Amino acid sequence: MAEVDTTTNAGQLLAAASGGRRRRGDRIFANTTTIAAVTILALLAGVAIFLITEGFPAFTADATDLPGGKTFIDYAAPLAFGTVLAAGFAVVVAVPLAVAVALFITHIAPPRLSLTLGYLVDLLAAIPSIIYGLWGIFVLGPAAVPVMKWLEEHLSWIPLFEGPASSTGRTMFVAGLVLALMILPIVSAVAREVFAQTPRKLQEGAQALGATRWEMIKMTVLPFGKGSVISGAMLGLGRALGETMAVTIILSVSGAVSFNLISQANPSTIAANIALNFPDSSGIAINALIATGLVLFAITLATNFAARTIIARQNIQ
Amino acid sequence: MSAPDPNTSLEPAAATAGGGSLLAVGGGVLPRWAPWAAFAGALALCAAVLAALGILTIALALIFSVFVASGGIYVVSRAVEGPRRATDRAVTIAIVSAFGLAMIPLISLLYEVISRGLPGISLEFFTDDARGTIGGGGAEHAILGTLIITGVAVLISVPIGLLAAIYMNEYGTGKLRRALTFFVDVMTGIPSIVAGLFAFALFELFFGPGIRMGVMGSIALSVLMIPIVIRSSEEVLKVVPNHLREASYALGTPKWRTITKIVLPTAFAGLVTGVMIATARIIGETAPLLVTAGVVDSVNTDPFQGRMQNLAVYAYNEYRSPGVMKQASYDRAWAAALTLIAIVMILNVVARLIYRRYKTEIR
Repeated sequence: MAEVDTTTNAGQLLAAASGGRRRRGDRIFANTTTIAAVTILALLAGVAIFLITEGFPAFTADATDLPGGKTFIDYAAPLAFGTVLAAGFAVVVAVPLAVAVALFITHIAPPRLSLTLGYLVDLLAAIPSIIYGLWGIFVLGPAAVPVMKWLEEHLSWIPLFEGPASSTGRTMFVAGLVLALMILPIVSAVAREVFAQTPRKLQEGAQALGATRWEMIKMTVLPFGKGSVISGAMLGLGRALGETMAVTIILSVSGAVSFNLISQANPSTIAANIALNFPDSSGIAINALIATGLVLFAITLATNFAARTIIARQNIQ
Repeated sequence: MSAPDPNTSLEPAAATAGGGSLLAVGGGVLPRWAPWAAFAGALALCAAVLAALGILTIALALIFSVFVASGGIYVVSRAVEGPRRATDRAVTIAIVSAFGLAMIPLISLLYEVISRGLPGISLEFFTDDARGTIGGGGAEHAILGTLIITGVAVLISVPIGLLAAIYMNEYGTGKLRRALTFFVDVMTGIPSIVAGLFAFALFELFFGPGIRMGVMGSIALSVLMIPIVIRSSEEVLKVVPNHLREASYALGTPKWRTITKIVLPTAFAGLVTGVMIATARIIGETAPLLVTAGVVDSVNTDPFQGRMQNLAVYAYNEYRSPGVMKQASYDRAWAAALTLIAIVMILNVVARLIYRRYKTEIR
């Protein structure tokens, strides 16, 4: 960065040395860009401020006025639970798969192909969420029904697969799988970048000592990329927490609070609940929905904040 | 790594006796085609068994044959090459199949969107709106709405995003720059529905409850698009070599002229590509528009007046509240999905082509 600074200074010196008209042009341009930069920060602050002002009435409102006749906490808690459950399941499924995909692209596939394969994975990120939703309800859901039946028959001692298995596929299990698919490219992009940066001398050193490819990956690539994979997983978590349409379309909601992934009775998520109820709501119900949006904003912000802090710390090292 | 190690393949006894070698006891090396042969054999075996049981499907045959093949190759490799090589092979197969597993949904998704979307595509779909029809009509209003809402969002996001990126790369120093880098990253994580609620809350304060306008959707999309534009522009500006700037300063050119006449033109192809990819990212958004632009049956081309339909929201509504003829509604939903995915893919491909064709060679 030192290089940039010297040229900046040189530019300023030269600008200062030349005529006042030029200096004015410089000042105007510099100020315009600064204003744009500050606008971004103001925008982020604005999102928080407007959500707080519009959501606040719901915090203090009488329970009888709120949807379902419950206090805001009772209203929002099951939704927050559903949000975390769906996103958590998605991350558990997506992260190992994303690491494998990243390893395949960086270390196993022929180097000539790796760029193209990278594009293919990125394509998953380009597909709009509404299409994931339609695919989930029409294709993956029906296909997952026998799988869920099997899980119920053989693994029902695990609370997650307690059953009774849904016969429509509109379950947390399917919604979570679709979410996993949606965050896969995010996690794998972060992992891919850092795996490719593993110092060559470490990798070659391991191989020179006779390590097999997997031992080389286990001893050099994975330890080197561990931190980034964790932060990538958190970025994915942030995305999964806020993902709306896929869950809205797939999940059949009942407001139940249960870890059961395969049954018909599922908790809704904050985002899906907003999308389902917002168009037909008015008055204090709108404020309540905005307030849940504020909760979601806070959760995702905290997640992203943590992930970015980890990444920033790694970059310094 | 699959290249045979001369030490072990030629002198297995010496290698094991030496003890210092990390390579394992078996000493032999399987031929290069072994994994492929194992997979082909396993596939044939599984297909035969499944067919005999009467439950043959492509998916089941593939899944079982991956397990059979990896098990088989592990056992054989362990006997011939030793446990370490065997583990290596098993893990390699696991990683390759994980990649295959991740690609299956992509292929299935593209196939389903095309095959289910085509029946709904007709001339009517692009030239009619849904006004006055009972569960029929086309999606002209939704297509126009998508283009207008996205267009306005681009008009808002590009100047702000680009100027902020210029600030971060050319001017910014110290605290503000660091804060900006960090918060732009954080902003990329704002859930789209929250951006929609923000736009709604903003307009409701000024225009009263229940407000719906196309431009509200554009504002919501801008919140999502600006950080993407900043990130991509910053990447491109960063790689403009400093000697170009220095040469320009040496000629006495002021800094702002240097930026507008030297830096931006050099980075132009990359900037355009970044904006197009960011556009592709937001054009398919549903949730923020559901809460801001609303739902409507007829063409509305004024973003500042009344509700405006959008392709993604249109697809959602055709699915969620199908008319009397359910299948026709579902067909329209898939047709809208196909149109949307076509727009997204075209934007992505054209962006990459532009980049390849017009990028400035930097030495």
